[in-house]
Amino acid sequence: MSPLAQAHGSQFTRILSLGAARGDLVVSNDDIAGPIDSSDEWIRQRTGIIERRRSSDAEGAIDLAVRASTEAITNAGIAPERIGAVIVATISNAVQTPSLAALLADKVGATPAAAYDISAACAGYTYGIAQADALIRSGAAEYVLVVGAEKLSDFANPTDRSISFLLGDGAGAAIVGPSDTIGIGPTLWGSDGSKWDAVGMDRPLKEAFDDPGGEFPTLRQDGQAVFRWAVWEMAKVAQETLKKSGVTAEELTAFVPHQANMRIIDEFAKQLGLPENVLIARDIQTTGNTSAASIPLAMHKLLEEHPEASGGLALQIGFGAGLVYGAQVVTLP
Amino acid sequence: MAHTTEEVLAGLAELINEETGISADQVSLEKSFTEDLDIDSISMMTIVVNAEEKFDVKIPDDEVKNLTTVGEAVEFITKAQA
Repeated sequence: MSPLAQAHGSQFTRILSLGAARGDLVVSNDDIAGPIDSSDEWIRQRTGIIERRRSSDAEGAIDLAVRASTEAITNAGIAPERIGAVIVATISNAVQTPSLAALLADKVGATPAAAYDISAACAGYTYGIAQADALIRSGAAEYVLVVGAEKLSDFANPTDRSISFLLGDGAGAAIVGPSDTIGIGPTLWGSDGSKWDAVGMDRPLKEAFDDPGGEFPTLRQDGQAVFRWAVWEMAKVAQETLKKSGVTAEELTAFVPHQANMRIIDEFAKQLGLPENVLIARDIQTTGNTSAASIPLAMHKLLEEHPEASGGLALQIGFGAGLVYGAQVVTLP
Repeated sequence: MAHTTEEVLAGLAELINEETGISADQVSLEKSFTEDLDIDSISMMTIVVNAEEKFDVKIPDDEVKNLTTVGEAVEFITKAQA
């Protein structure tokens, strides 16, 4: 018999609260249409975006993360020092190291929580929720702060027609904690690195550094390839997630997909055959695509507009650069 | 079962109509998807995926970029079925 003790946590977990922070600037389609030889109408038709929120120079991803996390912690009604782990999903931390999470933990008083960033692009928040659920159930943490935080405007090229005009800045935060009932269903997650080139940075940092005349790396995508994967492959993942969770589409209160593009959201909902009474998050219209922050931001807004949805089931699915994806059915806080 | 050129054209016209509302009689072999029919890249991909299912063929992402006209798409699908 080993003398080693093993940790055990709560049998069930749930998202206790959410927090949201959007960039302090409202950027219209007209504001960005010039350099891509486009128009408000063209952008609306292809993306459903009317305006996006971006941060001024003074506001960084950490500031957005602190604002969103402070709201989530307050709404959860817990002391920040009870947070055992801080997980930040981001692709826009301004430095390779240290992590944004360690700084965030300090700024919100979640010390000495374990703190780390994860790089799973637009699926990052769902990866974070999967980890939070596992950490709490295993006894590694009592409460976990999961944050998607992005200042994507730092990685957008104004002349790029593939992705930059979609991008917004924001952070969404969730406190995950113990629960008497199941509040986070099984996670279906995975990757397809054969499509590594489909979306991501246009050049390595080192290459840019060695080329003084060159430009800082920015985001690019092969829109058609990503669209096909995001709708038809992800519809299969979404169906499988429902099946694994023992939930039918009729039992859902809301569908909260990553806010990549309204056309993806619309086609996705069509492929899933969602009943009309299922609320569909469409935060992209006024926030833009905020990568890892988009799901918690969209869920936060959906609950602001439909407080009666609280307690219902939501299917959330993130998908993006990697390519990677993650999905789970959660109880709306 | 392989379809004839006429059948593929008619089937494709139906898919284009479903996605964009463009009347099927506007869809002919010489028409360019973008220039003549004003079909954007996202609608094009929806049509491609639906065509794969309808005609039981695979149209890879890289190939989609080469299909400029309706005729090229019809030819690709017809050959892919063979």
